[in-house]
Amino acid sequence: MHHPEEKIAPDPVMGETVTINMGPSHPSTHGVLRLVVELDGEVVRKVVPHVGYLHRGMEKIAESMTYHQFIPYTDRLDYLAPLSNNVAFVLAVEKLIGLEVPPRCRAIRVICCEIARISAHLLWLGTGALDLGAATVFFHTFREREILYNLIEMITGTRMTTSYPRVGGLARDFPDGLIPQLEEFLKTFPGKVDEYETLLTRNRIWLKRTQNVGKISGADAVDLGLTGPNLRASGVEYDVRKAFPYSGYEQYDFEVPLGAVGDAYDRYLVRVEEMRQSVRILRQAVASLPAGPVNADDPKVVLAPKKKVVTSMEELIHQFIIVTEGFPAPTGEVYHSVEAPKGELGFYVKSEGSKSPYRLKIRSPSFVSLQAVPLMAEGGMVSDLIAVVASLDPVMGEVDR
Amino acid sequence: MGTEPLEVVKVREKFGEALKEVVYFRGEETLLLEPSGIRSICAFLKSDPEMSFDMLLDITGIHFQEREYSYEVIYLLLSLARKRRLRLRVRLGEEGEIDSVVPVWRTADWHEREAFDLVGIRFKGHPDLRRILMPDDFVGHPLRKDFPLEQ
Repeated sequence: MHHPEEKIAPDPVMGETVTINMGPSHPSTHGVLRLVVELDGEVVRKVVPHVGYLHRGMEKIAESMTYHQFIPYTDRLDYLAPLSNNVAFVLAVEKLIGLEVPPRCRAIRVICCEIARISAHLLWLGTGALDLGAATVFFHTFREREILYNLIEMITGTRMTTSYPRVGGLARDFPDGLIPQLEEFLKTFPGKVDEYETLLTRNRIWLKRTQNVGKISGADAVDLGLTGPNLRASGVEYDVRKAFPYSGYEQYDFEVPLGAVGDAYDRYLVRVEEMRQSVRILRQAVASLPAGPVNADDPKVVLAPKKKVVTSMEELIHQFIIVTEGFPAPTGEVYHSVEAPKGELGFYVKSEGSKSPYRLKIRSPSFVSLQAVPLMAEGGMVSDLIAVVASLDPVMGEVDR
Repeated sequence: MGTEPLEVVKVREKFGEALKEVVYFRGEETLLLEPSGIRSICAFLKSDPEMSFDMLLDITGIHFQEREYSYEVIYLLLSLARKRRLRLRVRLGEEGEIDSVVPVWRTADWHEREAFDLVGIRFKGHPDLRRILMPDDFVGHPLRKDFPLEQ
């Protein structure tokens, strides 16, 4: 796949270095990432990432919230794939309280997660290519991303702040007419991925900008805790959907693409292939979507249908208590993670028996990815630093939390 | 409970008293360890071929009030080859100090900085223990239980 080329080290400018700030407001940093870069001419001698500009204290806020109240906060982690975060969080809480959801709910959550993955990868591909000067790709990927956002709006009522899953189920079932539109998308989308690849995969400029850039070995990637496409591009096979299947992922047939050398080009190839694999999962999930309820039968956790609330005293009381006070979770601690578009997104929840978590820790893949920037960028050109950050696909909402 | 998981058997065999308790909950296991042994136990869990916990996923600091201990540090380990997770827990007194595990896994660097920044735990031997999410001139550690939510 690769034709490794020896990197030609440019001449340093008489050993005099300049320290510059890239960010926290810079078009290529995808949010408020600040990199303090020590430059020797155009060569990056040192990079120090500074994060925290989007820190909202979510983990602190969680300690005084009920489990349901925290769901909207998870939208604002990786805000390019909120459905995926919502699912990860409710799965952790369901594990803590020992609640199983019906098969239809599990399948719908898988569909949501894979739609989120494709839309997140489309944004990454469009903006990542834009960062490296390939402006056309952006217009193509945003065309398909818009179709997905329309579907997400049909499902959840909103485009970005989805908050669709609930502990024990979903806010509502899929609306009528969604499945045909999703099937239509699945029919046309693989052809669109071919289009993106026509623009990039064998494009000489793209190859020059990404091959052998930001290389990281499998051993380094593991040592630095990389997960998701960033880890797999270095040839390490670890996908939470396969290693620790959740929500019924074991029923679906799909492959986990791996890279060979762990450069920006491999990370590109892995994500493009992941979109195709997501289409495979979506087709199977749509074809085998079970009928039946979407909510677990647990009146103390799951809200009753509105019709019952206004006609039955018991349901009315349950709704009042769930909404105003929440539900208690048993004493204990759990960790649950999903394969989010950026990697392993996990929630560690420690409960001391009350209606709020005693401690909630969010293991965000982007936070960990950014730690690899110095290793990948130091010694390279400043323009390659842009490629490194773009290829790691960080999103500051989940870095800073 | 049936037979004990291999991790428990081996850590007990090698470190004896340092393993104080094992908690099983919802199919997950947590080893409560003596804090002084953390770095050597982590190094063992990483390098022993039967353990091969090659990845550290996360470090979480927790603050407590009015208990016999003031802090817990939670380490979340993953073995890629064995597809197993393991959680380690240590309890620290008011001094809140423990050896850094950066020499074992480089990824611990930012996780320990975060636990220091937000909870106030000090990691001995950390190469660059400074705040990460809060501004450098921030006073206090916001995830401590005595830190008010509104200020």
